[in-house]
Amino acid sequence: MKAALAAVGALALLAACSGPPRPRPAPPSAMGQGAGEAAWVSTYRPIPGVPTVIRGATIFDGKGGRIEGGAIRFEKGRITAVGPTVEEADAVVIDGTGLWVTPGIIDIHSHLGNYPTPAVPAHEDGNEVTGPVRPEAWALHAIWPQDPGLSRALAGGVTVLHVLPGSANLFGGRGATLKNVWARTAQDMLMPGAPFTLKMACGENPKRVYGARNQMPGSRMGNLALARQTWANALHYRATGGRQGQGPPRRDIAMETLLGVLDGRILIQNHCYRADEMMHMIQMAREFGYRIAAFHHAVEAYKIADILAKEGICAALWADWWGFKMESYDAIQENLPFVHAAGGCAVTHSDDAHGIQRLNQETAKALANARRLGLAIRDEEAWTWISLNPARALGIAERTGSLEPGKDADVVLWNGPPLSVYSRPLKVWIDGGLAFDAEDPARRPLSDFEVGQPGSGELK
Amino acid sequence: MRRQAIALLALVALTGGPAGAQERFALVGGRVVTNVGQPVDGGTVLVVGGRIERVLPPGSAAPPGYVVVDATGRWVTPGIVAGLTQLGLSEVTGGAEANDTRAPRAAVSAALDAAAAFNPHETSIPITRRAGVTTAAVTLFSGDSVFAGRGLVASLADGAATPLRARAFQYVALGQAGGRIAGGARTAAWAELLNGLEEARRLTGGVAMPFRDQHRDLRITREDAEALVPVVKGEQPLLVRVDRASDIRQVLTLPRIYPGLRVVLVSANEGWLVAREIAEARVPVITLGMENLPASFDQVAASLNNVGRLVAAGVTVALGTPDLDASFQPRLLPQYAGNLVAQGRIPGGVGLSWDQAFATITRAPADILGLPDRGRIAPGAVADLVLWTGDPLELSSWPERLWIAGREQPLETRQSLLAQRYRPGSADGLPQGYRRPGATAPAATGRSP
Repeated sequence: MKAALAAVGALALLAACSGPPRPRPAPPSAMGQGAGEAAWVSTYRPIPGVPTVIRGATIFDGKGGRIEGGAIRFEKGRITAVGPTVEEADAVVIDGTGLWVTPGIIDIHSHLGNYPTPAVPAHEDGNEVTGPVRPEAWALHAIWPQDPGLSRALAGGVTVLHVLPGSANLFGGRGATLKNVWARTAQDMLMPGAPFTLKMACGENPKRVYGARNQMPGSRMGNLALARQTWANALHYRATGGRQGQGPPRRDIAMETLLGVLDGRILIQNHCYRADEMMHMIQMAREFGYRIAAFHHAVEAYKIADILAKEGICAALWADWWGFKMESYDAIQENLPFVHAAGGCAVTHSDDAHGIQRLNQETAKALANARRLGLAIRDEEAWTWISLNPARALGIAERTGSLEPGKDADVVLWNGPPLSVYSRPLKVWIDGGLAFDAEDPARRPLSDFEVGQPGSGELK
Repeated sequence: MRRQAIALLALVALTGGPAGAQERFALVGGRVVTNVGQPVDGGTVLVVGGRIERVLPPGSAAPPGYVVVDATGRWVTPGIVAGLTQLGLSEVTGGAEANDTRAPRAAVSAALDAAAAFNPHETSIPITRRAGVTTAAVTLFSGDSVFAGRGLVASLADGAATPLRARAFQYVALGQAGGRIAGGARTAAWAELLNGLEEARRLTGGVAMPFRDQHRDLRITREDAEALVPVVKGEQPLLVRVDRASDIRQVLTLPRIYPGLRVVLVSANEGWLVAREIAEARVPVITLGMENLPASFDQVAASLNNVGRLVAAGVTVALGTPDLDASFQPRLLPQYAGNLVAQGRIPGGVGLSWDQAFATITRAPADILGLPDRGRIAPGAVADLVLWTGDPLELSSWPERLWIAGREQPLETRQSLLAQRYRPGSADGLPQGYRRPGATAPAATGRSP
């Protein structure tokens, strides 16, 4: 099941690890390319919180630092202080002695909501498999907010997730960056200010899906030919202002997405496994003048780690998936640390409703494999793979991904060392609101689907 | 305990030690997890002729004549036994014509034999061994019949050309998946299962199986019925893949219809809802242990408490990977066992103690698979041993050295060699294609201690 999803559901991220494109407001233009974003703005409302202090805890700051016996204060949704001590007046004070604090985990590659559980045919909404070029499709419009997987991810410390279309198509459509709160609509989860993304895919999946129908693309040649023609069409659309003959310009929803990429407002998240194919993607981006924020899955990122670092492209990776298709055959268990050691932007991603619950463990495994090989990487450095690095790749590093004053109070309190198999989140705050509390059943969201089902009262 | 030790020693006397592993060696000073009592901190494990001789108390020096392996500060455990895998049947899952797990257009089903496809040279085997796994059950998947065929038990020893035990069990899929295969609903799966067992029972009763051109309308081939004879006789366990509580209850009625049938539940993600009934039926469970999502309507009650509640009810539970899955891999079983410990430490969680958790990936699968001399460090047991850098369930630990039947095993893999080829800081001189990491490595048979 999960292998099948991985085979189809691989997405690519557009990440700019050094100097990421800053999200900008999108004024509607003559061609209306910003009109979509303006119409579908976030309706997110944080869970109400109280001024909170955690003191005496071990803190990973999410950008590679660590404070022993440290403290953090947050209020009104924002972090206000982090350090050895903080002002405790007028706050709920939690004794963090023996506990650990990290930024909330960010999963840059999820299909929660658009490939939800129960994974029945009626719920398969991640791939618009009617054509290989579908930049007009938006994951936002297919996210079922009652996916029970969202609450499991929350119990694993995930505060932000990026939900993408699948990888059946060369252009899968727009991804959506969500705050992991229980909500009645996906728009109610949309992270305010987060840029939209565009999922692209290379390699086996598009050519398999459409080749089987005797339709283009049926080969890797076709993948590139059709993708390049699509970008050429976008440049033409931009040059003509969407005008064809007389009359006002006509909105083209697909072209609006592509123009958003060319304008730097929409970030490319590029599903791609093989090193040689990632190089083709980079070359295509140069040809048409856009940037790739992140390669997703990127099983062979370790072969071009130096180039990815130089290009400022993040690599969103599994710790140890391999062997489920040819383009994953050369997987090694040190992919994340090798990208990191080359000075690049390594990101641990899940692409999986189970993996998203344990991104800390996935990171820990990759770290141990690096140490087994003699690479020295500190625990708190590795935590950047699930905090600041994915935030950069999603263009939200200004708002979240590290514990710094002014940033969103997306905070996890752990009952032990957060890279240990034995540790679990005790409490999870999103924008300062207590969204999950292991010690308080009233602070654990339950999806509508699970209400009244056998075993719904059981801890999952 | 003592009786078991004597039985194992008798087994040694009968079969002798594995050929070519006659040397004596001692793992000295480690934390020894025996699985048959409390861990021994600083104990010494003596190995003779490929089997465990005994465990000496802390502070004991190795007797003269034993090659000493210093285990100070490390953990010594039995090798991991993977309760269910697809190792040796699929080099690449999809798109590579290298997958023998399923044969949907085969003329037979229950008669299919995993040993006919098992490839001991598959790259997954050293990759899995490197993580501490020494023994694995290998199953086929159901194709166009609920009966998948006969699975095997494999040693993951380097150069082990044949399975440890072929035809170790029969595998059958019920529930929603079985129903789809059998004709569209689980009613059809159940009917197909009973029909197969019934034809096998006729054979055991001396009723000759007619050929297809003879009078009786047969819905199973002669070969398949014959393959099910050891199952109805109780000589081969029947592994039944099922998740929904109601389906589990249905399966538990089978031994009443076919006395002697040895049922093992596979997956059983809603098992905790009927834990007492499973325990009373003395039916063991092999499961992933990590399912906590309502992935289908067969498991809306799936919970990480499942294994904890089953074990608390008295069920023998082993961990395995029932699906060939990129995410859940046999080499990660210690991680899953560790998660079951963690589950017991959170409010509302029902998990396992460390000893119980470790047993689910060693002693319990060995017992379910009928390998009483594996999965433990006890006099007479096969010397499948792992020397870990630390707690084997913790993510920061790894196997430093590993022995199977007393032979030290190579821990290099295609993956570790690729990693060496592209290791940071190694990019100088000729391109990577000219680097042959491992070319100077020890011979593939491994070092002797």
